[in-house]
Amino acid sequence: MTSTVRVADVTKEYGPVKAVRGASFELGEGELVALIGHNGAGKTTLMKLMLGLIRPTAGSIEVLGDNPAAGQFAGRRALGYLPENVAFDAALSGRETQTFYARLKREPVAKALELLDAVGLGTAARRRVGTYSKGMRQRLGLAQALIGHPKVLLLDEPTTGLDPELRQTFYDLIQRLSGSGTTVLLSSHALTELEERAGRVIIMNRGIKVADGSIDALRRLARLPTRIRLKVSGPAPSESPPWLPAGAAFRRVNGHIIEIDAEPQRKIELLHRVTAAGTSVEDIDLAPPTLDEIYAHFLRQAEETP
Amino acid sequence: MNALIIAAKEIHQAIRNRWVLAATLLLAGLALSLTFLGSVPTGTVGVRALDVVIVSLSSLTIFLIPLIALLISHDAIIGDMERGTMLLLLSYPVARWQVLFGKFVGHLVVLAFATCLGYGIAAAALIAAGSHIDADSLTAFAAMIGSSVLLGAIFVAIGYLVSALVRDRGTAAGVCIGLWLLLVLIYDMALLGVLALDQGRNISATALDALLLLNPTDVYRLFNLTGFANVSTFAGMAGLAQSTTLSAGVLLATLVLWTCVPLGFAALAFSWRQL
Repeated sequence: MTSTVRVADVTKEYGPVKAVRGASFELGEGELVALIGHNGAGKTTLMKLMLGLIRPTAGSIEVLGDNPAAGQFAGRRALGYLPENVAFDAALSGRETQTFYARLKREPVAKALELLDAVGLGTAARRRVGTYSKGMRQRLGLAQALIGHPKVLLLDEPTTGLDPELRQTFYDLIQRLSGSGTTVLLSSHALTELEERAGRVIIMNRGIKVADGSIDALRRLARLPTRIRLKVSGPAPSESPPWLPAGAAFRRVNGHIIEIDAEPQRKIELLHRVTAAGTSVEDIDLAPPTLDEIYAHFLRQAEETP
Repeated sequence: MNALIIAAKEIHQAIRNRWVLAATLLLAGLALSLTFLGSVPTGTVGVRALDVVIVSLSSLTIFLIPLIALLISHDAIIGDMERGTMLLLLSYPVARWQVLFGKFVGHLVVLAFATCLGYGIAAAALIAAGSHIDADSLTAFAAMIGSSVLLGAIFVAIGYLVSALVRDRGTAAGVCIGLWLLLVLIYDMALLGVLALDQGRNISATALDALLLLNPTDVYRLFNLTGFANVSTFAGMAGLAQSTTLSAGVLLATLVLWTCVPLGFAALAFSWRQL
């Protein structure tokens, strides 16, 4: 796998504020990477560094063979970017805006205009951008980012303001691109959305990269318990049943349902014991830790080890 | 190429926002009223009607063109940054100097169009009214239009420099108004005061020339009011025209320099700017 983006030991200070501290990672072709973190964790700063909009205080960055900090921009022809609060010149229409950006990328205008339909801008494309709602501006923002089949896509909070239907289309689009070799880096707060889609997650906290890996890898690292929900026939035991291994948390949800937090490596053992004890289980639900929980875990860990 | 794409978009926007229309109407209206009011003292049979127009129009230009140019340009960089459009534009494969140069070309085309059309109408109206106009006057008039566009270019460049340096749009507007007052009004008044006090004891003719070159509006005034013999007699600048050693070529070169230097610094400041 060839990497398209290299971030090596990058620090960015704004006066006394350290927006990014010693972050390093590489993004490969076809990777769909979620960049998550609180507001002010350094997500937007990282993207701006990759675009050369700001220069790193220390460290180096390479994007598609360019050093953005030195003002190189040849590789940006194959780069798409959607800023957090995307803005366009109000006087021009959606089509005119899209045409302008397609020309700057030397891409065929007709194909770029087709993207306007793909994001569902439809007839509104002929209206002035000044009349657009937030959602429509976001659609136009996506359309311009997708011009010319980019090799790297940087999307800063791409799904804010999109209705659920378009969100689905958006993720389909992104996944198709990623499948054809595009590196997609997207930052978001909507962690549940990313969970099934992102192949890799980078967690930032106060400018420091605190975790980086696939969701499964992070789950193993975090060692968070899997939630097992059992529906038993007959009344649920009110006290910790004898087959429960010591130390596993046990909760009675209602008359028929109990919930057990099992450590990942004891999950199977526990299930064996439940069935061996002859408990009549009617239904079982396994909930591995969600991205939300993993995220919270790594943040907690980062706060505890300064 | 990139710069041209950006220039085309700026022109498109200026037409949409009715900037072009407003500037052209303003200049045409003032030029026409000056043309016909200006001919009152000389009478309609007055010879060299166009020369009189050149004198009054160039005096008007000194006030108006810098103001229009600064109005268009003060917002060009910082305004786009505040609106957030610059962020997206700079993520495209364009260099920052191309963005600046493209905007400059676009704004200059708008200004040139308004000036040529607005002032051209005035000349056409004189011809239509049956005034006799000779080739000398026409040359002087064409030079006036050309140098007016150049004066506009200077103030567009100065506006960019301010726009590339300040932190917000309000400051840009304030600084630009201050610069306009300084260069258009205060500088000349102060210079006049100093000259009156000095009574020609310390300030030599060369020093005066140098002081005049330091203000682009004075260079413009010298170029138009002393550059052409017929015009300078009407302008009451014949005396100054004889004492000054500055040729039209030097004055033009100074005007070009006054455009390039601020534009160069604006490009430099912009390329260092972080968004």
